[in-house]
Parts: sequence; C-alpha cells; structure tokens
Amino acid sequence: MQIAKFLRGVVLTLLAAALLTGCDTVVMSPSGDIAMQQRDLLVWATILMLLVIVPVIVLTLWFAWRYRETNEDATYAPEWTHSTVLELVIWSVPLLIIIALGAMTWVGTHKLDPYRPLDRIDAQTPVPADLEPLTVEVVALDWKWLFIYPEQGIATVNELAAPVDHPIRFKITASTMMNSFFIPALAGQIYAMAGMETKLHGVINEPGVYKGFSANYSGAGYSHMKFDFHGLSEADFDAWVAKVKASDLSLDRDTYLELEVPSAKVPVMLYADVDPTLYHGILNRCVAPGTVCMEDMMYHSGMGQHGGHHGEAEAGHEGQDHHEGSHASHGEHGGHHD
Amino acid sequence: MFESLDLTKLIFGRLTWDAIPFHDPIILATFAVVAVGGVAMLAAITRYKLWGYLWNEWFTTIDHKKIGIMYIILGLVMLLRGFADAIMMRLQQALAFGDSAGYLPPDHYDQIFTAHGVIMIFFVAMPLVTGIMNYLIPLQIGTRDVAFPFLNNFSFWMTTAGAVLMMMSLFIGEFAKTGWLAYPPLSGILQSPGVGVDYYIWSLQIAGVGTLLSGVNLLVTIVKMRAPGMSLMKMPVFTWTSLCTNVLIVAAFPVLTAVLAMLSMDRYLDTAFFTNDLGGNAMMYVNLIWIWGHPEVYILILPVFGIFSEIVATYSRKPLFGYTSMVYATVVITVLSYLVWLHHFFTMGSGASVNSFFGITTMIISIPTGAKIFNWLFTMFRGRIKFDVPMLWTVGFMVTFVIGGMTGVLLAVPPVDFVLHNSLFLIAHFHNVIIGGVLFGLFAGITYWFPKATGFKLDEFWGKISFWFWLIGFYFAFMPLYVLGLMGVTRRVSHFEDQSLQIWFQIAAFGAVLIAVGIAAFLIQLVVSFKRREALKDETGDPWDGRTLEWSTSSPPPPYNFAFTPRVHDLDAWWQMKQHGFQRPESGFIPIHMPKGTWAGIVLSGISVVVGFALIWHMWLLAGVSFVALIGTAIYHTFNYDRDYYIPAEEVERIEAERTRVLANV
Amino acid sequence: MSDNTMTAAVNDSDQKAPLEFLVKGEHHPQNGTLLGFWLYLMSDCLIFACLFATYGVLGRSYAGGPTGMELFDLNLIAINTSLLLVSSITYGFAMLQMQANRVKGTMFWLAVTGLLGAGFLGLELYEFHHLIHVGAGPQTSGFWTAFFALVGTHGLHVFFGIVWLVTLLFQLKKHGLIPENKRRVFCLSMFWHFLDVVWVGVFTYVYLMGVLP
Repeated sequence: MQIAKFLRGVVLTLLAAALLTGCDTVVMSPSGDIAMQQRDLLVWATILMLLVIVPVIVLTLWFAWRYRETNEDATYAPEWTHSTVLELVIWSVPLLIIIALGAMTWVGTHKLDPYRPLDRIDAQTPVPADLEPLTVEVVALDWKWLFIYPEQGIATVNELAAPVDHPIRFKITASTMMNSFFIPALAGQIYAMAGMETKLHGVINEPGVYKGFSANYSGAGYSHMKFDFHGLSEADFDAWVAKVKASDLSLDRDTYLELEVPSAKVPVMLYADVDPTLYHGILNRCVAPGTVCMEDMMYHSGMGQHGGHHGEAEAGHEGQDHHEGSHASHGEHGGHHD
Repeated sequence: MFESLDLTKLIFGRLTWDAIPFHDPIILATFAVVAVGGVAMLAAITRYKLWGYLWNEWFTTIDHKKIGIMYIILGLVMLLRGFADAIMMRLQQALAFGDSAGYLPPDHYDQIFTAHGVIMIFFVAMPLVTGIMNYLIPLQIGTRDVAFPFLNNFSFWMTTAGAVLMMMSLFIGEFAKTGWLAYPPLSGILQSPGVGVDYYIWSLQIAGVGTLLSGVNLLVTIVKMRAPGMSLMKMPVFTWTSLCTNVLIVAAFPVLTAVLAMLSMDRYLDTAFFTNDLGGNAMMYVNLIWIWGHPEVYILILPVFGIFSEIVATYSRKPLFGYTSMVYATVVITVLSYLVWLHHFFTMGSGASVNSFFGITTMIISIPTGAKIFNWLFTMFRGRIKFDVPMLWTVGFMVTFVIGGMTGVLLAVPPVDFVLHNSLFLIAHFHNVIIGGVLFGLFAGITYWFPKATGFKLDEFWGKISFWFWLIGFYFAFMPLYVLGLMGVTRRVSHFEDQSLQIWFQIAAFGAVLIAVGIAAFLIQLVVSFKRREALKDETGDPWDGRTLEWSTSSPPPPYNFAFTPRVHDLDAWWQMKQHGFQRPESGFIPIHMPKGTWAGIVLSGISVVVGFALIWHMWLLAGVSFVALIGTAIYHTFNYDRDYYIPAEEVERIEAERTRVLANV
Repeated sequence: MSDNTMTAAVNDSDQKAPLEFLVKGEHHPQNGTLLGFWLYLMSDCLIFACLFATYGVLGRSYAGGPTGMELFDLNLIAINTSLLLVSSITYGFAMLQMQANRVKGTMFWLAVTGLLGAGFLGLELYEFHHLIHVGAGPQTSGFWTAFFALVGTHGLHVFFGIVWLVTLLFQLKKHGLIPENKRRVFCLSMFWHFLDVVWVGVFTYVYLMGVLP
C-alpha cells in the first residue's frame, strides 16, 4: 500500500530536512553559555521523547498496513478489547519518560532561572570571585530599545554591546507595551513590562554581532523593533564605551520624554551621558514632571498603614506567579532573586 | 448648530463615513463579492419561495439535529473566511523581504492575524465541535432531544450573532490589532482607541453566552437523559469526551466572560483593572485569560478524541481497546487542564519553582494522551481495517498529532520555552495539534456521520483528494515554521530583513496553497455527492456497520429519533442489538411528546447584534433602547407556556412503515 | 498476547429470557431544569470567583487614593446585610406557602422578598453615590475598580433577580401554581439564596476584612 509508505516518506524527509537545517540555526548553535545549556536541554528532551514517538509512528503505519482489510493472512481478533499487561505498559512508558523529563525540567529550570546570577562563564570556567557582572538597564519603548549602562554612565538606543566571557545582568522594564527582550545567541527571553522589573543573566562567549529583538507583539512598529548585540573583547568594549562617551548627545528626563513618543525604524543613537535617576523614574512611572512615583504611592493611601505586607497577604489568590510579579512591581525593592 | 451635532452623536456615536474602508481595494473587492453573492442568494431564496421553509423548518427549529447541522454550516462558512486570512498572511510573509514591504501595511496585517486566530478558534472550531456534539449526543444516548431545546436554538443563534458582528468589522470600521487574546496594555483604550478591540469584545461576549448555555444544556442532557440501562461506563466514548468537554465549557467560559467584562470596563468606564497606572495589573489579565484559554484547547480536542475512538473501532471492526482507560484518561486530562495555564507565559518572570510546577503538570497531561494514542493503536491491532476516508484522517491524525505533542512537551520545559516562546516554532506546534488533531478529527467526523445526517454518503474520490492535499499541505505549510522558529524568528512579524529566511516562507506559502486545494476538494466533494445522492444513498441507516445507537435509526433520523426509547445492556449497544438479531417493531406505536419551534432564539440574538453594534460605536441611545428591547423580549417569551406537542401515533406509524418498506428493498 | 487477553465482549447468558432492547410505552426522561439551573449558578459563581480574585490582587492598590478602611461605613453595611438575609428567610416562607399550594401567600411573601431586595439595592446605590461623591469612584485606583466591580456585579444580579421576581408575580397571578411556575419559583429561590451566599462572602472579605488593620 503506497499510502502508508508515501506518508512515511513525507514525514521522514521533512523531519530530516528540519533537523539538518535545524542544527545550523541560532537556537541550535548559540554563542552564549546560557543559550547553549538551553539548547542542550532541548536536544535531550527531544531524544527522550523520540524514544516513544518514533515507535508510535512506526507502529501506527505498520498496523495500518498489516491489518488492512485485504490482508487475509493477518490475525483478526474481533472481540479482543483488553489486556492488563498492555495497559500497564502503555501507561507506564509515558509515565517513566515524563518522570525523567520532569526531573530534568526541575533541575534545568532552577539552574537556568533568568533571575539567578551566573556561577560559570562556560562549561569549564567558573566565574572568578572578583568579577562583578556588567549591569545593563533595558527599557522597551514603542518601538525601540533603550539601554542604560549605569556603571559607565552612558546610554544607547537600538545597539547593545558587552565584553565576551563577562557575565551580564539585565534589569528590564518597559514604557507602555509588553515586549519580550530576546537575544537568541545569548540567552532565552523575558518579558519587559511597564511598572515592573524583570531580570536576565547571561554571558556571551564568542565575539560577534548578534541579533536582538522584541519577541512579543506590541503594535504597529513591532516588526522593526530590532537591535544589534555586539560581543566584544574587553579592549574593544572599552573602545566602544569611549566612542559612546564621545557622542554629543545626552539623555536627561526631557530628552527621554521625547524619545518615549512612539516611533518605528529608529536608527542607533548614542548618549554620552545619562541622568542616573532616569531608570528609576521609568520603572516607577514618574519621569514626567509632577508625577508621583509608584513606589511612593502604590500600596498605601495618605494614611498608609498597609505598605509592608501586601505581597504575602494578597498574592496567593491568583496563583503563585503573582507573588513573583508583585515583587517585581516594587521596582528596586524587588530584587529578591539576586 | 451644537444641538444638531449632539443629536448626530447621540444616534450615530462615533460611526461616520470614514469607518467604511473605501481606501482599501482588497476589502472593497471582498465587499463587492460578498454583496453580490449575498444578494444573489437572497434573490434565489425569494425566487424559489424558500423563506417560509427556512423560517419554519430551520431558523426556528428546536430539533437538535437541524441545529447541529446549522452549527456545522456556520463553522464551514467561517472556515473560508479564516482561511482567506491565513493565505493572505502566508503571501505577505513570503513577499515582504528587504526593500519589498509586501502588499499589506502593518495596520492591515495586524488585523488579519488577530481575525484569523479569533475566527478559527471561536467561529470555526467551536461551532464545528458543538455542531457534532449537538447532532450526536441525543442519538448516541438514545433520547429524542436535548434537555433544553429552546435554549439550544438560542445558543446557536447567539454564536451566529457573534460571528455576524465579527464579520461586520471587515466592512464597517476595523478589527482588533492586538493578537487573538488581546493582552493589555496593547488592548487598552490608550493604546487601541479604535473600535477594533470593541468588536473583539462584543462578538466574543455574545458568542460566549451561546457557548456557555450550550455547555449547560449538553451536560444536563448527558447526565439526565440517557436511555434506560446506559450507565456512565456504558456510554459511547464520544459521549464521554463530550461530557468532559461540556464540564470544561461550563467551568472555563465564565472566566472569559469575566475577564472580557473587566477589559471592557477599562475601555468604556476608565477603570483600572489592567492599566499601567493607578494600580492596575496587566499580568492579571494574562493569567485570567489563560485560565480560560488552556481548558479551551481541551474543549476542542477532547470531542475529537471521541470521534477518532468511534471511527477507529468501526473501521477496524473491533470494539475499542481499553475503553475504561480511555475514559479515565479523558477525565484526567479534564482535571489537569486547569493546572497548566501558566505555561503560556513562563517568560513573565515567575520563579523557577512556579515555572517548573506548571511545566511538569503540563508534561503529565501527555501521559493520558499517550495512553489514548496507544489505545487507538491497539484497536487497529488484529483488526480488519477498512480504509475509508474517515480512517485515512484517523491514521493521518495519529502520525501528525504525536509530532505536535512532542513539540508541545518541549515547549513545556521552561528553559526551552525561553528560547522558543512566541516563535514560529510555537505557531507550528499549535497548528500541528489543532490542524493535525482538531481539524482532521472534524473532517473525519463529518465524513463518518454525513450519511446519518443526510441519507447519502460523501463521494470517496474527492474525499481522498481533500485528505491528501490537507495532509501534505499541512507538512509543507508548518514544518518550515518549526525550522524558522529554531532560527529565532518570532510570530506576528509583517516584514523581514534577512533574505535567507525567504525560502522557508515560500515553502510554507506553497503548503497553504495545497491546503487551499484540499478545502476546494472538500467543497467539490459536497457538490458531487449531492448530485450523486441517489447512487450514494444509505437506506439501511447503518452504512459502516456501526456500533453505537445513532446507527440504529434511519438516515436521516425521524424528528423523534427513536420510535421507542432504546434499552441498553452493554457498551456498543447497537452492536449488541445486531448480535442478538434485534427485530424492529412494526406496530404498537404511541404518540410522541416533542417540543415546539420558537421564534425567540433568532429574534433575541438579532437584538443582541444591535446592542453589540451600538455599544461598539458608542451609539448610546440605540444601545439603551435595544437593551431594553432585549430584556423585554426575553420576558415576553417567558409568558409563552405552550411549548410542546404530541406527534400522533398514526404519524409515527406512517413514518415507520415507510422505513420498513425501504429496508425491505435493501 | 496471552490467552487471558482474549475476553469475550458478549457474555450475556443466552439461555435466559431474550434481552429486551426497547422501552415499550412512553418513556419520560428526568426533568433537568433544576440541575441545569444549578450548573448555571456554578458558572455564575466562577464569575464571582474571578472578581474576588481580582479584588484580592488589587486589594491594596490604592494608588495614593483613599482606602476602604477610611470610607467603609459598617453600620450601613450591617443594615444592608440584614435586609438581604431577611429576604432569604421571607423567600423561604414563600416556598412554604407554595408547598401548601397557596397562591396568594406565595405571592405575598415573594413581594416582601422583592421589597427587601429593593431596599438593599437602594442602600447600595446610596453607598456608591456617597463613595463617588467623596472621591472614591471606580476610576480612582485599582482597589476601587475591583471594589465597584465585585459589589456592583452582585448588585446587578440582585436587580435582575427583582426583575425576574416581578415577572414571576405576574405569571403566578395569571396561571397560578402550575408545575412550570412552581419550577420557576424554585429556580428563583436557588438564585436568591445564591446571591445571599455571595453577599456573605462580599461582606466578610471586602467589608469586614477591609476595615481590619
């Protein structure tokens, strides 16, 4: 019967094509240690599942062929409906695989928690004790990316750079829309949300220019909400910082308010100087003059007795994630993960 | 001057001539086609004096079979619209590279992918699933109608009203540009001030009323109205999966209603549920909508699992392998579907423990699902498999669905999700399970039960053409998306810079064309089968040598389904009846108590469309008047106590004698 | 596969009387109205669950505006609560009258229930008016949004309960205690008690816990 064979042919060819080209893709061959570990988990999970998927596909096609109506040689058991042994097998095989996968998931999720500071630079090298991570404050604007380097006192739009083999700590927020900060070569993504801060830790191990973008649809200009991420040697990174510092632009609250206005396809902009309280203002939604910062007003009224314990008391109603979320919404008070 | 201006505003709200998209040739051409087609259809109905027939026999019917058929027609019509959106997206993404902007500006493209998602889930998959459940459940459990026949008619028309409102957005105003779940803050009034999100909200709210009531209705039907002797563990598997689906509907749709109501309050009354400022919390929306959204996908897939179970047993000429474990697997999936919603947003920054909890609960669902696949597999084992079209869909499903299941479990591993979330890999995954699972199952089911509903079978040749084009088209359309996802390409992008991606999008577009041929073949199949209906006629009522009670009655069944209520002794009741040489009684008929048709469903839902439209366009006067009219009509309807009648014994005898005559000729 | 897997599906003892496959005579399935209505109430309960959860999440998001503790007037709420609780009792009296097949008595107690419900709604509207007047409207902050949504949705249910109740009074007057009407009185009774239960939740969770320090 050609049907089954043809079907198998189609599936196998496409799978093979997908796998072959897949090996060449950024997710399958990234350049950062975190993304590589995520890739490894992906591969292992796939292999684990193929242990049962492949036999099922083969059995389906084989049974379909073998027990076709015209094959009089095959056994026909018209009343056979139950077998305790088989039932045990068909429940326990997926169960065992899920136990293994579940264990991998639990360990992997904790190890690759984006909030967790790195303990290694790559598979062989632990992070030296005296090496402080580079901090970058990321703001998703409509529709461009603002990067603030608090330690260097500089800021950029739509261009990000970091030294190779140097842990990076991103603190991420947004002006209005929910976006997702994603550099596939470096590490997995995390949402950027207004009035909240999320965190991401990563390290880039090879010099190069990598793509970064928003991975969460955010309106009309979303398709062009992209930036280049430069992995540079320490010396090149210093040169890059110097280049930014040589720019004649500087970013204060007024220029930020102009920048914040929605716009698309924005070219790279470099700011030699940045208002050190700007990020705090963006996170707490009080950049515009006369606005009160969220952390000063959110959880208490003029009388304000309840400021302290809202998170524990209230978050439980909506699933535990809000617990985390509420902490994040504290802005800078919320760094429990670090 | 000002007074007249206010009057215009009071009556027309924000509706002006600008709302009609004269500037857009694509929409204008579509409108012309729809208008000409619509006028031609109305003219034909008038010409052949069909209005009375349609009104009396269809629009006001409370017969679950006719309502089921109308649901299926609604679903198929909307499939054409949803697929038109799909092919436009595929074309745009295959073209829009580098200097070429494609043919759709982002403003239009964003509406299309939103509309595609909304239509395919709410107005294609849901009506098709509900239609098949509606048609089959009373027949499978041996009863004459559903528990609340009027409510059934009302539910159908409310679903249709939602679809009508959704379609109006194509020509009057715009649809949402937010993605199918309309996350705030993007869907908030500040970021989406237009009417698009309001169309989204009200079409879903109105259709949601229909879905919820239909869920209650079918649930009560299954619980209360089974034929004597049919204990829970003697119910056909399709009825079981429908039972679980309707439990999910009743337990999930209120959450959608609540969350959309909150979103509309944010938009209409400036409240602060999901706003960035004033203490709103957009994450709450994402949580709530997925607390509805995840059970929703099981609402779609569970009945389809039931369909495959019926088909695989019938065509393998064996009872289903492991009925009991199939039932338990279904129940386990039902319960677990409420414990996994957070896997849709691992990337929101929940802690590692929360993420792993939801990841692992998600994986656990694959255990009962895996057991189901094995059960179908061992039903085929040592069978005598007849490869009619429904069985082809089934085998196509089993092979395709496990791939989708595997990629789904991959996405349930949080660190893997971090690199694949919102990518085209995700798109490929859920189309893999929704097309390879839900849609294949619906086509299998439609082909399988078509002779029951119409009295003639579907043409085999065109059915096979349709199947192969769908199957191969699916692989061409979505395997490239898996690859693109691994390349880090995200969803909802309307323009690309990287030329090396283009070839994959072109392959995907080619796949979409193959699927278009599959859809065309299905439509041709309907026409050809109708023309050949004498040759394809099913006079036995049991064309496939079926196992469950729906095959014990004629095709199509009489209005009362069964002249005598069946008495059930075992699973596969009809099979057992056949084994025991059951003889149809030919005398002793008694009058049959039946519900009467009613105008109320179609009228109420018509008024609902007006209410929705008025609210969308801020026509406050019309909104107020039509809302009062809606409540008034509903109250007026409750004063009608004359809701049932008896089919006289002579009429039953006449119908049954005719069937005896037909059977004698077989 | 071993032999024991080959179980026979049809193992009815064929020697006994042949199986009867049809119900001769009229078969009336059970009436599902009460179950159906109960299911509807449970789905409604989920809407309230969402609103309670929302209130839980936004319950301290005052955004610099007033808190509940400053503005809730427990005396007013106590009167309000007793009106609604008493109305549940009077509905109980209506049910007793209905079981005794007394149309007039049923209608009388239903009317009393409706009046108590209207009193409840009146007081609630007064409270809303007062809150908005002192600057705590639904637009003030996440907290007040959630408050008005939860309490207001309950109030809306009471309003439609009263509309239903009035409709039912007319129907009772016209047709008396026929089975259809009895079923409707029963359904409305479930609805009314359900609103009472929800109110106990609102009272406890919003008002009592709201004024606790």
